[in-house]
Amino acid sequence: MAESIRTASDEEWAGADPLYDSTAYRSTGLRAPRKPLIILPEHLDDPTGPAFGESDVTALDADLTRQSEGDPLGERIIVTGRVTDTTGRPVRNTLIEIWQANAAGRYAHQVDQHPAPLDPNFAGAGRCLTDGEGRYRFVTVKPGAYPWGNHENAWRPAHIHLSVFGRAFTERLVTQMYFPGDPLFPFDPIFQSVRDPRDQQLLISSFDWETTVPEWALGYRFDIVLGGPRATPLDPE
Amino acid sequence: MRPTPSQTVGPFFSIGLFARPGNELVSPDDARAVEIAGTVLDGAGAPVPDSMVEIWQSESGWGRCGADGDGTFHFITVRPGAARDQAPHIEVLVFARGLLKAVRTRIYFPDEEEANAADPLLAALEPIERATLVAVPEAGRLRFDVHLQGERQTAFFAL
Repeated sequence: MAESIRTASDEEWAGADPLYDSTAYRSTGLRAPRKPLIILPEHLDDPTGPAFGESDVTALDADLTRQSEGDPLGERIIVTGRVTDTTGRPVRNTLIEIWQANAAGRYAHQVDQHPAPLDPNFAGAGRCLTDGEGRYRFVTVKPGAYPWGNHENAWRPAHIHLSVFGRAFTERLVTQMYFPGDPLFPFDPIFQSVRDPRDQQLLISSFDWETTVPEWALGYRFDIVLGGPRATPLDPE
Repeated sequence: MRPTPSQTVGPFFSIGLFARPGNELVSPDDARAVEIAGTVLDGAGAPVPDSMVEIWQSESGWGRCGADGDGTFHFITVRPGAARDQAPHIEVLVFARGLLKAVRTRIYFPDEEEANAADPLLAALEPIERATLVAVPEAGRLRFDVHLQGERQTAFFAL
């Protein structure tokens, strides 16, 4: 006898995540799935998930300011934090990849046509593995805000893109880290796609004296908590 | 603790995520090699050039392929074995500009009729949904298109 499989609408399931269908972010229009999501029963799920055991991640990969002959322009910053699951346990040895615009708000990508200067000394990409406590640390420059075509006079708040593997599909996360006090937050449909203001706060790094290195770089702290809705049991079935 | 919310990969992820080639899980010369190719399509049937596909199989690991400017991706991998009482399948995540969170699906194999018919997940789906999860044979390889939206939308799992 076929077992029955439950489905959920995106609204029912999304939790802290944005809905796929977030109309203010125009590109969702033809790309957001509309059919109910199929809930994989736990016994049919893959318990392992996309583990990433790459051994050639070097310390230099985490320093985006030392990938060229010269120093990139802009405000040098340190971005650090801890990766944990929803119970607070560290997620160790997991790969974090980051990418970002340069200090002028331009990506080193051929599709980016924003008329701000490219920086020959800044490629804008880095990666590292979390340590035994789930900690990570990048050195980079503070990215600039930039315009985009979503609506009239649309600007993205400064942000760094992050991809984190975690230990299971429910922990795989791609997100964006923002900077405290950005005046563009109320106007950005991507930031605002996170519906609960408390969840929005989880995307904003905090300025951190402890991380700041005198005479050298300001520190920002960004802790990451992995785990989708299933991390919180929905029902006892 | 509340989890950190998801955000879109945006259009420029290739600068950060494609530093190394990742779409060959085994050598194309491997006797077991299977090629799987496809296109990520939007609700109007247009290819989605700024998308990327990740696959995962417990035996052969993880792979990633950008949709290469024309929305197409391809992988060289091996056919996975049957997992417990399930038909052989490959796990898939798709990311794109305009997707605020990845979508998750699976690739099943068209020549595994018996195993597919007995698979508890496939058996529970409507025929139209089930069909979206089974790759199509195509000149020496398998084709698996991902329809993000529309009548032919691929069946996606809650993430």
